Amino acid sequence: MIRIEHINKKFRRLQALDNISANFDKGQVISLIGPNGSGKTTLIKSILGMVKPDSGKIFVKDQPVNGDPAYRSDIGYMPQIGRYPDNMKVGQLFEMMKKIRNADEKETDNDLVLQFNIPAIYEKPMRTLSGGTRQKVSAALAFLFNPAILILDEPTAGLDPLSSEILKEKIIHEKKKNKLILITSHVLSDLEELTTHIMYLQEGKMQFLKDLETLQEETGEIKLSKAIAKVMRGYETDNKWINQIFLAEKKDERIY
Amino acid sequence: MLKLSRYVLYDILRNKIVIAYTLFLFIVSFSMFRMEENSSKAILSLLNIVLIVLPLISLIFTTIHYYNSYEFIELMLSQPLSRTRILLSEFGGVCISLLSAFWIGVGVPVLLFSADDTGFALLFTGTALTIVFTSIAFLASVRSKDKARGIGFALLLWFYFALIYDGLVLLILFAFSDYPMEKFTLLLSALNPIDLGRIFIMLKMDISALMGYTGALYKDFFGSGKGVLFTTVIMLLWATIPLWLAIRSFRRKDM
Repeated sequence: MIRIEHINKKFRRLQALDNISANFDKGQVISLIGPNGSGKTTLIKSILGMVKPDSGKIFVKDQPVNGDPAYRSDIGYMPQIGRYPDNMKVGQLFEMMKKIRNADEKETDNDLVLQFNIPAIYEKPMRTLSGGTRQKVSAALAFLFNPAILILDEPTAGLDPLSSEILKEKIIHEKKKNKLILITSHVLSDLEELTTHIMYLQEGKMQFLKDLETLQEETGEIKLSKAIAKVMRGYETDNKWINQIFLAEKKDERIY
Repeated sequence: MLKLSRYVLYDILRNKIVIAYTLFLFIVSFSMFRMEENSSKAILSLLNIVLIVLPLISLIFTTIHYYNSYEFIELMLSQPLSRTRILLSEFGGVCISLLSAFWIGVGVPVLLFSADDTGFALLFTGTALTIVFTSIAFLASVRSKDKARGIGFALLLWFYFALIYDGLVLLILFAFSDYPMEKFTLLLSALNPIDLGRIFIMLKMDISALMGYTGALYKDFFGSGKGVLFTTVIMLLWATIPLWLAIRSFRRKDM
């Protein structure tokens, strides 16, 4: 469904994406992981056509990304930081998005809208919303048009545990509908129950793209974070990041 | 496209600056016509407002609006909409709001008190200048990612067109005063939409008789249908070329 062919992107002197090629198919849940600034968001934005790669091609459902923008109607995108017009009310935002997509009321998927109780804040202007509420609005919008491809950039960051659980349930539900889902997250335990494939990026380079079983087999670890840690030790490029996750997890265990 | 422009318009109306601008224009034009007994004198005073204030407001308002709606643009980019369409809707929304402010604020008083050739020339010039400077402001703001730089650049452009350019023209005319410059000054006027607008209106008034041989030549040219066509075409070029350049660089931009 998404085919990436040798894309490169440089921001001034920083090589954000370095010759990345990949192929994503429906039914897959791809976890994009890597340290901060490894190019995850740049890759996502390139697929959406918001960032223009210096070279290489991206196809979504065999449509080139730099051509007709209609391919984006198959994509639901939840940005890392949802930024919306300040003066617009939540209700207006939803109404506008429906108008833009020419969507019928019947075709829209209002599950998340209802579960996050968004109609209760329809009259609030976007600027008054807290970060977490904004995330809920972003999530509800991403799923609203029942798209075949979902791109979620740090979906659970900033959400309370209950909402985070609702969102995860929804992702699993969509996964069963044979959709392609791309997720980036630093919370590996969140990804564990969802993911089918892992794509690891570092300094703009793709270190590996493997399915979960292969990864578990190769490393002999069942837990995703440990498996990735083991792989990364093999690469020995930057172990710090993985260690930090381990430390964080241990701290968690002590608290609970 | 109008679908999107509607939301842009709605957003602009919410922040009330356009309404204040309309009121300002209306009060100024109305009081000019009431104070001056001769309506052509009032038009002359209004002319200065149209030539100085209108471009300034169009530039500053458009640049600030562009940076404020950066979120909106970002949101639209993830939707199945082309970049050209997004920018054109923004342009349409801003243009419509600034033009309606001008037509209500200046247009209504002019039609009430001085609905003649000069009045219509003033309205034509005001409309053209609003569109031209909105388009120039879009180019300035699309090109610079930083808000302060964008507004600074827009202000600089205003200084250039409203003040510096005239000085440069005078300098050239003095330096080459021994040569026949009439045709050349005609060309120079085309390079600055504010100058072009000024000449276009002045020649509809009686004062052009005071401008000597050059004035006569101008009157001959601008007074005819050819002049109106010339002004319209040049203004159109001034409106479309910056907008086209803005769209071109907006299409290549990383958001």
